[in-house]
Amino acid sequence: MALNQEHELHQRRRGRNLGVGLTLMAFVLLVFGLSIAKVQRGEPMQGYDHVYQPESDPTLRRAGASE
Amino acid sequence: MTDMRAEISGQGGTGEAGFNDYVQLLKPRVMSLVVFTAMVGLFVAPVPLHPIEALAAIIFIALGAGASGALNMWWDADIDRVMRRTAKRPVPSGLVEPGEALGLGLALSGLSVVMLGLATNLLAAGLLAFTIFFYAVVYTMWLKRSTPQNIVIGGAAGAFPPMIGWVAATGHVGLEAVLMFALIFMWTPPHFWAMALFINSDYEKAKVPMLTVTHGRKSTRTHILVYTILLAPVALGAAFTAIGGPIYFAVSLVLNALFLFGAVRIWRRREEAAEADSYAVEKRFFALSLAYLFLHFAAFLVEATPWANALSTTLGWESLIWR
Repeated sequence: MALNQEHELHQRRRGRNLGVGLTLMAFVLLVFGLSIAKVQRGEPMQGYDHVYQPESDPTLRRAGASE
Repeated sequence: MTDMRAEISGQGGTGEAGFNDYVQLLKPRVMSLVVFTAMVGLFVAPVPLHPIEALAAIIFIALGAGASGALNMWWDADIDRVMRRTAKRPVPSGLVEPGEALGLGLALSGLSVVMLGLATNLLAAGLLAFTIFFYAVVYTMWLKRSTPQNIVIGGAAGAFPPMIGWVAATGHVGLEAVLMFALIFMWTPPHFWAMALFINSDYEKAKVPMLTVTHGRKSTRTHILVYTILLAPVALGAAFTAIGGPIYFAVSLVLNALFLFGAVRIWRRREEAAEADSYAVEKRFFALSLAYLFLHFAAFLVEATPWANALSTTLGWESLIWR
């Protein structure tokens, strides 16, 4: 009769919470893994913009300086 | 308050859903077939994907299939309640509220499509979105209750996963992807009609216009034979594409011969004989249909291995491949 007694309902809720928690964790890991895979395979990027700007490309600048 | 009531009543079962009840909403057995066929479509594609991208693609395709399963259970709760096979599903049994099934279905649909698009490409995501729409709206809401051809047209939803897997890897729909689609599409009617023959009373009770209910069992037996005959060239034809080969051809030849033999036996059976042995032949044919599909796709996988390629070269199979 005591309210703090472990009921089947509590076990069920714990199972549900655990299931949701593990699923979310797996999702986070998957998205993290995907990000790593995409970045590793991606072309060199300029971090501050998505548009390629040749004037700020260090490799081109080095080539220009040596000429 | 719920806790107190449960304590006071002293009931063992609370009627509250557990995690597994939500998993059951996603039709895990259907998902396992989707995972397998999508995986084959992805692995036999000529463009390799990064292993994590491939894993993500398979998971999100399966999640999309699960989402459409949840939407199906939300819409079909009334007929599921009537049929013995489906009465214990989470919604008709009262464990999960219909609104929860709808919410889960919609949320997972959105999540799976967006994530597949981000993980692979937009065409694969678009195909997944179309598959969910086709299964949940075209099949579940429209065809299932209105025409005996429900599973013929609705079967397309189950046929898309290998095509989505292929597109996720290559970015385009090729002949091979179309043939994998066609294989499942043509296989679905005999598979479901064989089952309908031995659980007919359930469909009658639920007023679902299965072919057995609308056209009778004799006509259903004929339909099974016709579709099995039409299925054979589709299955065998795939042997002469880039995903086929001599091993696949041998496996397919044996399986189609067995399937055809089973369909002829079903066609020749009289209803009294079927009732007398509790539909033993129909049940065997149904079991064979599962093996038929699994082994065809397993053979596709085998053909993608280097030693199968070596065998094809040795036998000169490449000259037979239609490009």
